[in-house]
Amino acid sequence: MSIDTTPKQSWWSRIAHPGQFVAWTSPLLWPLTILTAVLFIIGLWFAFFNSPADYQMGDTVRIMYVHVPNAWLSQFVYGVMTVSALGTLVWRHPMADVSMKAAAPLGAMFTALALFTGALWGRPTWGTFWEWDGRMTSTLVLLFIYLGIVALWRAFDDQLRAARIIAVFTLVGAINIPIIKFSVDWWSTLHQPASVFRADGPTMPGSILTPLFVMFFAFTFLFLTLHLKAMHTEVKRRRVMGLQRRMAQGDAA
Amino acid sequence: MIDLGPHAVFIVWAYLGVAMTVAALVGWTLYDARSTARRLAELEARAPRRAAR
Repeated sequence: MSIDTTPKQSWWSRIAHPGQFVAWTSPLLWPLTILTAVLFIIGLWFAFFNSPADYQMGDTVRIMYVHVPNAWLSQFVYGVMTVSALGTLVWRHPMADVSMKAAAPLGAMFTALALFTGALWGRPTWGTFWEWDGRMTSTLVLLFIYLGIVALWRAFDDQLRAARIIAVFTLVGAINIPIIKFSVDWWSTLHQPASVFRADGPTMPGSILTPLFVMFFAFTFLFLTLHLKAMHTEVKRRRVMGLQRRMAQGDAA
Repeated sequence: MIDLGPHAVFIVWAYLGVAMTVAALVGWTLYDARSTARRLAELEARAPRRAAR
């Protein structure tokens, strides 16, 4: 039975069966791609042509429109991996470790971009590209965790066994997420505290919040699109490995 | 293009770096997807003939 010709089942079975998951979610890829592209066009137009310079930071505030979405994704992607790790360990869901593996390199890239854009924003704002303070150091540790997870996936031939070990590692690494979030409150730092998601509301004007939110959704939908595509690829890669194994056994017999 | 002020170089490099990395990420995702799909198609084309022997 081909990956594209598996019979139709209920929605829950569809997402549990890798072949059905691919067939069921493939029609989502183009709408997600178009939505992402439209959001980026609108977001970039707002960022460069329809938003004011900040009264203190001047035009460097425009770096925020790429820095904050990447910083958000560096933590959100890890959240997706943590839920997937629970799916692997607790529910043994067949798609959970596929999701976990597909998300890791994306999370590493978004974290690297958060650090890169943060450094370029820090130099004109604070006078330094880097400071070993709580927020920046814990985000760097997050990047190393991501890279460790990517390396672990490549270290195992048996991907089902790898999934359980990496799921435990991912859950242990999740302790870093609240450390990143609250580092600006716990320790003296150059990094500003939360200014958007606050109990008393955002501290920014609407003219700056609008491009920020549009870019926030553009990057989030970029991740969802790439994650879904990478999950499809991982399902097919496992089918390739299964077929190769079966052929090798056939040759050996 | 708007005037980005005295720190334009930082703003331009931030956006260029993000654009190049995102382009590389999209390119790698598509390349990986296509090469894996091609390999799967080759193996599935060979597998039924082997089973029929």
